[in-house]
Amino acid sequence: MSRSIATQPAIGNDLADPAPSAGHAVLRFEAVSKTYAHNAARTLLRRGMLSWLTRSRTSVFYALREVSFELHAAASLAVVGANGAGKSTLLRCATGISAPDSGRVEVRGTIAALMELGAGFHPDLTGAENVMLNASLLGLTRRKTCEQFDRIVEFSGLADFIHEPLRTYSSGMVLRLAFSVAVRVDPDILVIDEMLSVGDIEFQEKCVGEIKRLKQGGKTLICVAHDLKLLRNLCDRALWLEHGRVRMFGPCSEVVDAYEAAPAPGVSD
Amino acid sequence: MSNGSLSLSLPASSGLDAGRGGGNLLFLLQNLVLKDFRIRYRNMSLGVLWSFANPLVMMGILTFVFTRIYPNPAVPNFAVFILCGLVPFNFYSLSLNAGTTSLLDNQSLVKRVRCPRRIFPIAAVLANCLHFLIQIALLIAFVLAFGYRVNRFWPWLGVVWMLEIIFMSGLSLMTSVLDVYYRDVRYLVEASNAVMFWLVPIFYSLEMVPQRLRLLYLLNPIAAVVVAGRDVLLHGKPPAPALLVPMALVSVGCLALGLVVFGRLERNIADNL
Repeated sequence: MSRSIATQPAIGNDLADPAPSAGHAVLRFEAVSKTYAHNAARTLLRRGMLSWLTRSRTSVFYALREVSFELHAAASLAVVGANGAGKSTLLRCATGISAPDSGRVEVRGTIAALMELGAGFHPDLTGAENVMLNASLLGLTRRKTCEQFDRIVEFSGLADFIHEPLRTYSSGMVLRLAFSVAVRVDPDILVIDEMLSVGDIEFQEKCVGEIKRLKQGGKTLICVAHDLKLLRNLCDRALWLEHGRVRMFGPCSEVVDAYEAAPAPGVSD
Repeated sequence: MSNGSLSLSLPASSGLDAGRGGGNLLFLLQNLVLKDFRIRYRNMSLGVLWSFANPLVMMGILTFVFTRIYPNPAVPNFAVFILCGLVPFNFYSLSLNAGTTSLLDNQSLVKRVRCPRRIFPIAAVLANCLHFLIQIALLIAFVLAFGYRVNRFWPWLGVVWMLEIIFMSGLSLMTSVLDVYYRDVRYLVEASNAVMFWLVPIFYSLEMVPQRLRLLYLLNPIAAVVVAGRDVLLHGKPPAPALLVPMALVSVGCLALGLVVFGRLERNIADNL
């Protein structure tokens, strides 16, 4: 029942080998299922008391059903599937934001997630203040953040606007800032949910370059996008979800080819 | 397993401190408190002065009413007497309201970044400490203006105010996580604020409470802060151990209970926001 993120003995504590040794799973899903209740009014006390009194079970639907896969260090995984197939739920379980109902999620190392444009950003704070807040949310100390601050700003290319409130930024600018922070946190696993499409060509290329640099450093990438061309370029593995189940898992080009050839199903229920 | 206690294996060269050491938690807490300040005051031309002006006006009008219009002959300096009760109560109601809604107010962070969630209600309580400090400064100014002198028991005030902050952190931990599951909790909290206003000896003294009910007052840390504050500021005597011991036990116990309740219910927070 219990979700457990494995707490394994630290590896790579010697500086000679900073990356997790290749061939070892950095992310493992074991028969992970996640359900959501079907009605929206469940957060009302009246509702809770009624269902307690009548002992009615609210109907649930499976966002993920028995999902198992394994990802090795330096791999990069594309997650594809229709809307509502469970892609975002999968990422939320991987990052530990949500806990699965059953099964195990094992993570080795740190995860930084770009889950939604501007997540962890506040519109009334300036870019610089948001960088500090975001870095601290992602687990950096003050010293590390101050060390990295200039590089974050430089990579984002937003030096002229960094002391303006975030609400004056365009969505592309917000993406630049978010990506710059997440990359500088130097995570072992970087999770990107449907974001890169917002950036302009120049920044997208910069991101792709940075992601490739991370991969060469032994880091792992998980990417959700509807831009299949981008996924083919970035990823070497792919996971195809359909109605919360794994339809296919394998080399990126094969899975994406099959996904493109398949007729589109409706929204999962 | 709670997110906060995850300890993940880390390469030594990683930019992250293993399992979020205290350094990161403090930095995160500081950033969240600063965020609250900045958001509240950035769009106001007078900024933090408003936090000064509001209680100043409130205290001024109270003083006027209770010295000129409705002085209480039984209690000397009735206005200051009331202020000693109002200041701890104001902190209670403001910080509890902010703490209760803190997880929902920060849902864009809670839902999309993995971080120890218990930091949010605690940050909300601490962000309200600025108002508390301003009100304390004003209270002390009024106390001195009414001719009371600084005495050697004043350091006790720091102790009881710290205990109130601890108590409020514990309460907020509980109400914030319950509010995620049942949104009615915030209305219950608001209603209980009104009840608390009269259960704290603001307009009356503990001596006026019948003996058999006094234990209830001693078990209420907010009432105890009021009584201790009056003892020190107005009567020039240290707070009695019979007052301090239950207050310390209840406050620390409340924080411990808050952490336990929060840890139990934390698991599904993100799914219920």
